[in-house]
Amino acid sequence: MSDLQAIRLNVNGVTRAVSVEPSASLADVLRQELRLTALHLGCEHGVCGACNVLLNGRAVRACLTLAVQAEEAEVKTLEGLSAEQIAVTLKECFRKFRALQCGFCTPGILVLAVDLIAANPDPSEEEVRDWLSGNLCRCTGYQPIVGAIIEAAKRLRGAV
Amino acid sequence: MPKDSGIGASSKRREDLRFLTGNGKYTDDVNVAGQSHAVFVRSDLAHGRIESIDVTEAEAAPGVLKVFTAKDFEGVGGVPCGWCVTDKHGEPMQEPKHPVLAEGKVRHVGDPYAVVVAETLDQARNAAELIDADITELPAVVNMKDALKDGATKVHDDLTSNLCYDWGFVEENKGAVDEAIRNAHHVTTLELVNNRLIANPMEPRVAVGEYDPWKDEHTLWTTSQNPHVIRLLMGAFVLGIPEHKLRVIAPDVGGGFGTKIFHYAEEAFCTFAAKALKRPVKWTCTRSEAFMSDAHGRDHVSKIELAMDESGKFLALRTDTYANMGAYLSTFAPSVPTWLHGTLMAGNYITPLIYVNVKAVFTNTVPVDAYRGAGRPEATYQLERVVDKAAREMGIDPVELRRRNFINKDQFPYDTPVAVTYDTGDYHATMDKLLEISDRDGFAARKAESAARGKLRGYGVAHYIEACGIAPSNLVGQLGARAGLYESATVRVNATGSISVMTGSHSHGQGHETSFAQVVADMLGIPEEQIDIIHGDTARTPMGMGTYGSRSIAVGGSAMVRATEKIIAKAKKIASHLMEASESDVEFANGQFTVAGTDKSVAWGDVCLAAYVPHNYPLEDIEPGLEETSFYDPANFTYPSGGYCCEVEVDPDTGKVDVVAFSAADDFGNVINPMIVEGQVHGGVAQGIGQAVLENCVYDENGQLLTGSYMDYAMPRAYDVPMFTVDHSCQTPCTHNPLGVKGCGEAGAIGSPPAIVNAVLDALNDFGIDHIDMPLSPQRVWAAMQDAKSGA
Repeated sequence: MSDLQAIRLNVNGVTRAVSVEPSASLADVLRQELRLTALHLGCEHGVCGACNVLLNGRAVRACLTLAVQAEEAEVKTLEGLSAEQIAVTLKECFRKFRALQCGFCTPGILVLAVDLIAANPDPSEEEVRDWLSGNLCRCTGYQPIVGAIIEAAKRLRGAV
Repeated sequence: MPKDSGIGASSKRREDLRFLTGNGKYTDDVNVAGQSHAVFVRSDLAHGRIESIDVTEAEAAPGVLKVFTAKDFEGVGGVPCGWCVTDKHGEPMQEPKHPVLAEGKVRHVGDPYAVVVAETLDQARNAAELIDADITELPAVVNMKDALKDGATKVHDDLTSNLCYDWGFVEENKGAVDEAIRNAHHVTTLELVNNRLIANPMEPRVAVGEYDPWKDEHTLWTTSQNPHVIRLLMGAFVLGIPEHKLRVIAPDVGGGFGTKIFHYAEEAFCTFAAKALKRPVKWTCTRSEAFMSDAHGRDHVSKIELAMDESGKFLALRTDTYANMGAYLSTFAPSVPTWLHGTLMAGNYITPLIYVNVKAVFTNTVPVDAYRGAGRPEATYQLERVVDKAAREMGIDPVELRRRNFINKDQFPYDTPVAVTYDTGDYHATMDKLLEISDRDGFAARKAESAARGKLRGYGVAHYIEACGIAPSNLVGQLGARAGLYESATVRVNATGSISVMTGSHSHGQGHETSFAQVVADMLGIPEEQIDIIHGDTARTPMGMGTYGSRSIAVGGSAMVRATEKIIAKAKKIASHLMEASESDVEFANGQFTVAGTDKSVAWGDVCLAAYVPHNYPLEDIEPGLEETSFYDPANFTYPSGGYCCEVEVDPDTGKVDVVAFSAADDFGNVINPMIVEGQVHGGVAQGIGQAVLENCVYDENGQLLTGSYMDYAMPRAYDVPMFTVDHSCQTPCTHNPLGVKGCGEAGAIGSPPAIVNAVLDALNDFGIDHIDMPLSPQRVWAAMQDAKSGA
C-alpha cells in the first residue's frame, strides 16, 4: 500500500526531491509537501479549475495530474509567476475590475489566464468566456473576470 | 463626482492583495503540529437500521489512532436547532435529535456513522474501507406529499409523523382570505416548484480541532460565516465547553452563501476528538462529501392563488407550501419557509388580505436550510410568477399590472398584512429605471432580429422586496429564534492614531475589510489605510452574530458607527482639555479638533497619544485609553427592493435557453462601496441564472442523490451568463439605521429567477404555455413546446 517513490520535481524553477505515493496527485504534493498553497482544491475531479498550475507552460488540473507524471516537466504555480509580466498585469487588472470576491478560485483563474494570453494575445469576449468556462467561480458572475482578462491582454499588447 | 475614499467611494479591496498572490489563509491552509486526519464514513443508503458496526480491522490498520462511532458520543448533545417554530395550533414544532454520529439509524445518503482518525489522510481513507457496518435498508421517504400520507415510513421513529410543523400565517385572516378569493372577479392560480439547490461555495468545508490539556483550552478552525454562533451552539449544546475555554477561528473563508452559517457535526467531532486523542484533528471535506453533507437550499412545492377585481387590483393572496426539512433540522431551517418567507408575501404590492400555510416535512434527504436569500427567493418567485400569469389572463401588460398594485412612495411606512412594516421604497422609480436600462422600447426590434436567426426572444420582469438586516432581537425572540441578532464592534484607537476595529461580522468574499474601513475613516476624517478590520476569531472580537441575511453593513456597520460615535465623544472631551476649551465648543472634522470661533486646534493623533500617555489629562473626569464597544440591535428589518429584467433567446428546435441580457435596478438605500455592491448583485444574479436554467439537486425514489458531483449538478459557467447592466441610483435610505443602508448580498438571487422564467414564457407566448418548473433545461422547455403543439 505504502510504496513511496522518490522523485525530483522542478517547481517554480527550483528542483525539489520528494517522496510520494505513486497515487498522490500533484495538487496534494504541492500543497502538503511543498506548502505551495496558492492553488486550491475545489472539487478533486477536474471540473472547477481552482487547482490549475502550468505544466510546461500550459494550464492543467493539478488534482488530475499524478505527481510522478510531472517529474520531467516544468511546473509553475501562482507563487512562481509573481515576477512574470503577464501575471503581474493580470493581477493589476483583476484588482481594478474587482474580479474576485472570496479569492478561493482566483489562483486557478489567474493561471488559466496566463495560459490564455500567452496562446492568444488578443482574445475576444467570446473567446475569454470559452476559456474561462473551464473554471468555476461562485461569487462574481464572471463579468469582471472577463473584463480584467481582456484589459490585461490589451495592456500587454501595448494597446492601452 | 465620485469620491476617492470614505463612504460612497469605490475603494479598491485591500483583501485582494493577499488573494491575488495566493497568500489568502483558508482553513485548509491551517496545519497544526502533530495533527491527525479524520475521514467520515457516510451512509450510502437513504434510510437504514444500524445492526452493528465492526471497527476491529479498521482500528488495527496502519496509522489508525481510533475509529469513532455513536457509542463514543453517549453523553454528548445533538447538533442543535436555533429556531423553534410554533404551529397553527400553538404547539411547538417536532424536533428530533441530530446526533453527531448516527445512532441506531442512518437517515440520508451522507449521514455519517463512523469516523476514522489516523496519522495520515491516506491511512484514514484506507482504514475507512475496512469498517464492517451491517445496515439493513429501510424504505425511504423522499417526496414530501408521500411523506405525509398515513402509514408513511417515519424518518424519526420517536416522532408522531414526518410533519415538522403546519404553520398558518396569519391564522386569524384565513377566513377572510378564503371568502375574498371565493367572491373575487378573477383568481389566478399557479402551482410551482422552487427547485432544490446546493450552495456550492468553491471552498469545501474544513475543520481543525486542537486541545491544550494544560490550559484546558479548545481551538477550532472552521469555515464559518459566524464563529461566535458556532462557539455558542457547539460549546453550550453539544460538547458542554464554556466559552472561555473554546476559541473558534474562521480565517479566510472561500464563499458561504448561507451554507456555512450552520453548526455541523464535523466541527463538533474535530473539537471532541482532539481532546479524546490528545492530538489535533483535521477534516477537509471533499466535493463529493459536500454534495451530501452541506445543508441544501430551497425545495418548496407551492400553490399560490391571487384574487383580483375587474381592474386587476389585488384583493387577496393565499399560498400553500410544502417545505422540505430533510432528515434533521439544520441550525436555522425552520425559520426559512416561515418567518423569512411568509412575511414577504406582500411583495411590493398592496394586497389587503394574505394567508400563508406552510407544512414542513422530514424526508430521507440532506437537511435543508438557508441558501442565499433564504425564504425570500421562494416568496418572490411565487409572487412574481403569479403576477405575470395574472397579467396574461387579465390581458394587462405585466409592468402595468405591477404598477397598479405598487405601494406608492407616499404610503411609507407601510404596514403589510403579514406583520412587517416597510420603512421606505419607491417602486415606481426602480421600475422606471429598469425599463430605461433594459431598453424595453427597443425590445421589439431585438425580437425581430432574433426571429430572423430562428430564435424566440422573450422579455421578462420581476420586482422584488426582501427583509434584510436581520434583526430586532426582541421580535425574532417572539418568533422562535433561540439567539439574539444584534451585532457588535469594538473600535480600538491605538496610541499613535491607527485603529483596529474588531467586528462580530465575518467576511467570506464580501470585502468587509475595505468597506468597513471606509465607514470608520469617513467618520473620523482619517485615511482608510490607518484602519484595520479584524474579524473571524472569537478570541479577538466581541460576541457577534456573524454574516448572513445581508446584515453586515446594516447591523455590523451600524455597530461600528455607534462605537465610533463613542470614540468621537470621548476624544472631544480629551481635546477640550488639551485646548482648555469648553467641550461644547469643540468641533471635529477631517481629523482635526477645533474650538469654534478661535484658531485653536489639535490633531487626531495628538488626542490619541494623550489618551495613552495621560500626562496632561483630565484623569478626574475620564479614564485613559480610547477604545469603545457597541452592540447594535436594529429597530426593524431593512427592505431593499428593485426591478429585474431578463432577456432570453430560446432555440425552438432544442429548447435551449440563452440568457442574453440581464438588467437590475436596485434600491439599497445608501451605498458604501459601489464597486463591491455591483459585485454582490452580479454574483447573486449568476446564482439566480443557475437556479432558473441550470441547477437542480435530484434524488431518485430511493433517496439516492443523483446529482452528487459537478458532472451532474450544473453550475453556471462563464458562457452561461451575459454581461449585466446594474444600477443602484434609486436610493431611499433606510430610516432606522445610522448609515441609511439596506444591504445588497441576496438581492440578485432573489429577484432574478422569476424574471428569467417570465422571459422564457414570454418567448414561448405563441405556445400558450402557463408555466415550466425550474430549471428551464432544454429537455423541459422542448417537452413543454411539444406538449403545447400536440395540445396535451
